[in-house]
Amino acid sequence: MKPFAYHQPDQIPDAAKLLTSIEDSKLVAGGMTLIPTLKQRLANPPALVDLSRLGNLKGITDDGATITIGAMTPHAVVAASKLVQAKIPGLAALASMIGDPAVRSRGTIGGSVANNDPAADYPAGVLGLGAAIVTSTREIAADKFFLGLFETALETGEIITAIRFPVPLRAGYTKFKAPASRYALVGVFVAKFADGVRVAVTGAGPGVFRVPPMEAALSENFDPSAIAAIKIDNDGLTSDIHAEADYRAHLVTVMAKRAVDAALS
Amino acid sequence: MGNVIGIGAAPKRKEDQRFLTGRGNYVSDIKRPGMTAGVFVRSPHGHAVLRGVDKSAALASAGVIAVLTGDDVKVEGLGGLPCGWGISDAKGVPMKEPPFPMLAQGKVRYVGDMVAFVIAETPEQANAAAELLTIDYEVLPSVVGVLEAVRPGAPQLFDDVPNNICCDWELGDKGAVETAFRKAAHVAKLSLVNNRLIGNPMEPRAAIAEYEPGTDRFTLWTTSQFPHVVRFLMGALVLNIPQHKLRVVAPDVGGGFGVKQFHYGEEAVITWAAKRVKRPIKWVASRSEGYVSDRHGRDHVTEAELALDEHGKFLAFRVNTLANMGGYLSTFGPNIPTNLYGPLLGGVYTTPAIYCNVKVVFTNTVPVDAYRGAGRPEATFVLERIVDVAASEMGIDRVEIRRRNMIPKEAYPYQTPVLVQYDSGDPMGCLDGALVAADVKNFGVRKAASASKGKFRGLGYSTYVEACGLAPSRFAGRLGARGGLYESATVRVHPTGQVTVMIGTHNHGQGHETTFAQIVSEKLGVSFEDVDIVFGDTDRVQFGMGTYGSRSLVVGGAALSKATDKVIAKGKKIAAHLLEAAEVDIQFEAGNFSVAGTDRIKSFEEIAGAAYVPHNYPLEVLEPGLEEQAYYDPVNFTYPGGCHIAEVEVDPETGTVTLVSYTAVDDVGTVINPMIVEGQLHGGIVQGVGQALFENAVYDEGSGQLLSGSLMDYCMPRADHMPMMKVATHSTLCTHTPMGVKGCGEVGTIGSPAAVINAVVDALSHLGVTHVDMPATPNRIWRLLQNASLPVAAE
Ligand SMILES: Cc1cc2nc3c(=O)[nH]c(=O)nc-3n(C[C@H](O)[C@H](O)[C@H](O)COP(=O)(O)OP(=O)(O)OC[C@H]3O[C@@H](n4cnc5c(N)ncnc54)[C@H](O)[C@@H]3O)c2cc1C
Repeated sequence: MKPFAYHQPDQIPDAAKLLTSIEDSKLVAGGMTLIPTLKQRLANPPALVDLSRLGNLKGITDDGATITIGAMTPHAVVAASKLVQAKIPGLAALASMIGDPAVRSRGTIGGSVANNDPAADYPAGVLGLGAAIVTSTREIAADKFFLGLFETALETGEIITAIRFPVPLRAGYTKFKAPASRYALVGVFVAKFADGVRVAVTGAGPGVFRVPPMEAALSENFDPSAIAAIKIDNDGLTSDIHAEADYRAHLVTVMAKRAVDAALS
Repeated sequence: MGNVIGIGAAPKRKEDQRFLTGRGNYVSDIKRPGMTAGVFVRSPHGHAVLRGVDKSAALASAGVIAVLTGDDVKVEGLGGLPCGWGISDAKGVPMKEPPFPMLAQGKVRYVGDMVAFVIAETPEQANAAAELLTIDYEVLPSVVGVLEAVRPGAPQLFDDVPNNICCDWELGDKGAVETAFRKAAHVAKLSLVNNRLIGNPMEPRAAIAEYEPGTDRFTLWTTSQFPHVVRFLMGALVLNIPQHKLRVVAPDVGGGFGVKQFHYGEEAVITWAAKRVKRPIKWVASRSEGYVSDRHGRDHVTEAELALDEHGKFLAFRVNTLANMGGYLSTFGPNIPTNLYGPLLGGVYTTPAIYCNVKVVFTNTVPVDAYRGAGRPEATFVLERIVDVAASEMGIDRVEIRRRNMIPKEAYPYQTPVLVQYDSGDPMGCLDGALVAADVKNFGVRKAASASKGKFRGLGYSTYVEACGLAPSRFAGRLGARGGLYESATVRVHPTGQVTVMIGTHNHGQGHETTFAQIVSEKLGVSFEDVDIVFGDTDRVQFGMGTYGSRSLVVGGAALSKATDKVIAKGKKIAAHLLEAAEVDIQFEAGNFSVAGTDRIKSFEEIAGAAYVPHNYPLEVLEPGLEEQAYYDPVNFTYPGGCHIAEVEVDPETGTVTLVSYTAVDDVGTVINPMIVEGQLHGGIVQGVGQALFENAVYDEGSGQLLSGSLMDYCMPRADHMPMMKVATHSTLCTHTPMGVKGCGEVGTIGSPAAVINAVVDALSHLGVTHVDMPATPNRIWRLLQNASLPVAAE
């Protein structure tokens, strides 16, 4: 690790100011992703701005038609939340599948969404539920937020404060774990709303994406059989030492069917 | 008489008190006054000419004390890392043995090859300076696979090693095998890959070196399984340090699995550097550094053929293997795929003729050496797989074909056609026991239940034998060993009757402090708590070869047993004097010396006291003190074996293999501590399952980059991969070790890969699948099913 300055502001505007005034400075939330990159000397920020003292970034609130989860809420809290379990059980299940207990206790939803790892779980839930990303300056729709490999719509100095999830009629998440890392080799989030179904896939490609043919078929008939024959194109999917693109494409269909099953059960 | 906890008891492990309470003392826990930090700068290229290293910026960087490179080594005329085994080809031509400099000279030959050593006040400063080195590489194409390496036109690692072949080794009677194949009713053929593995002990490697000018002595603390061997190899052959001026300490070591049983360049460089900078230096590898510098294991490509008569009797076995050595010869490197592989190809069968050819090949990869099992899992895998192939091709039940060829219990000692002679065993007994324990009878019911869920269920057998207890020195010498392979133990009885044992093996997780204490407690009748086992320090322990190859109990335990016998013999002499009886009339039983047929008795404690306070003592004929030493050179290998049965379920939709049940019935000879044996079996089985289903070291051909270079990409087996294992022993006693022990450290790893893969193939056999390479990952299984273009269950 290289030396860096450490700031722990207690107001969001102060944090934003530090970020814009110190070039290449970085926010740190749970540190589960950031700290390893520092230890491996892959990143060299001159300053870290710690979000842990900012008020109101932790916790889950019930707004009726939506649930709002503060950016600094750890995965373990979401997984164990009675509210989330009751209203969006698929999202609680997703949080419970992230990493291991230590990672779930430290890692945060804001950090995960901001990082937009192509194999992370939360992006599938956020896009699949059509959530809104609430930041220090605005609200961004999930469909406009994830821009591909580790890329998001966040601007320099912009801080995620919460994620607001619409409560679906049903939702389910299924994850085929990458053998070694246990990130998603392919993860599929399926959500049924009164006005249609959304299907979001993580792990399979360079970024989370939706599958319109599956959404159309499931809107007609919310049953695994409706999508059993829908194959997604291998083009643009990831190939690596764990799985080639055609296997990932195959798994998207299998995991989507199982996610529908999970949503129905 | 105290609290004797002897052979066959299962006390909790003594060492766990300190491990479980965070009181262990590992190399990285040690701090020396004035200690500096060292980091190794490693090649990012698989193969390159090393044109030069510009140190100037690094030397000017804050806190930097020194930067050393291969040129500095060359100037001092220091040796390269020695190989402990020199094998030869069929004509007696010795293997090619290119120099293995401790810091690269002229060329780098794998990603991770050491180019420079940077020493600074702190690790951060050393790391920062390391990034400032300008290293001029002329990158060459790499070759990483054995098939590619021996092809004409392949990149050549060494100018004087044509086709990268280190040695073209063979064993067995080629002519007899050919004759048998001509008479065969059936020939089964199998091509397979034995996947490359990375050991991943929990504790990464580390070292601290210190030089004391006042005494001209060096001390090296290192994560080693064999400190005396490091002292010998490094002192005598690399750095020219006299043995009495070099102390090597291997304190608590967090797992080895073979990875720490080699003399590494890091040890030599840091020791040499400590004298140059006149301060202690510490180096601790990161996990990622371990991936590209810890010696790897396995990595074979094999073609095998088994000749059978019309009844399924094995007539002959022929095996051709290409074995990867990596970029240089490591300490045991060339011995593993040859001497520890070919002689095991007889298995538990009566195959009369066997021929094995192994081409030992250099590639641009980390040097390959012993990893738990070392050669024997590879041999077992080839044999146990081809037996299944033959059974299925000939329509003979897999258990039945094994029975028809098994060495019956009465036929021991059994001379195989490949050098080794098994002293004892009962493979049929292990098989019968395992069939019952695994409830094979009701497998059909379980298979039908799986089928009703759309899953394929399979059962796999592995009836295997291994050779451990390395090794009779004379025999090993004939095979190319450049050292002896005995073990030594000193039993020091204190004046108050407690015992300290100094032993040359090394405990790094095996429970020696418990097992060896049980042996002493049993033999001397002293309390289990009154015995301490000292190991891992060349200044405290007389000598030793260390721990590997399941040798600690078999060879070290034998030395310990002999040394305790000497203590008893001397005690009898002292007792005879004190009890005024003839020595032949003295009995030793349950911690008491007595005159046979009388009630005249002296306790062990009284005898110890008399030995150190020799007022009434036969000083004219007997020395005071009660301390005895024994060296033991084994007369043969020991041959543990057994039967493993794996049961798997395959999800054809995703290709996922789930291990649903695992049964092992093993013959490990006398069991000293059943709990520790069970633990060794559990761990060994999990490592074998790791090889079968998860682990794979993957290199990129051409660039030589290690693609599976972290725990994110190299899949270790985890607790949730495993079912509860059913483990039992069915022991016959070894006829030539003092206590009848055979060893149990590696059996789990040796028997299991074949059992698991045989189960996977069985699960898929109805689809025409005849072989699955390891690891049987979901991706691989799914692809196999796709390529067979078979109907995959739809929901
Ligand atoms: C062993 C291990 C296993 C894991 N397994 C999984 C897994 O299975 N699935 C999975 O999805 N993830 C997994 N993760 C990642 C884990 O979920 C991380 O916690 C998460 O990706 C990042 O969250 P964090 O709070 O730790 O963020 P940090 O590491 O603190 O930050 C990550 C990045 O986000 C930025 N950031 C953080 N918070 C904000 C904010 N509020 N606004 C704007 N930017 C912000 C930081 O500047 C940084 O660039 C794993 C991690 C580890 C170490």
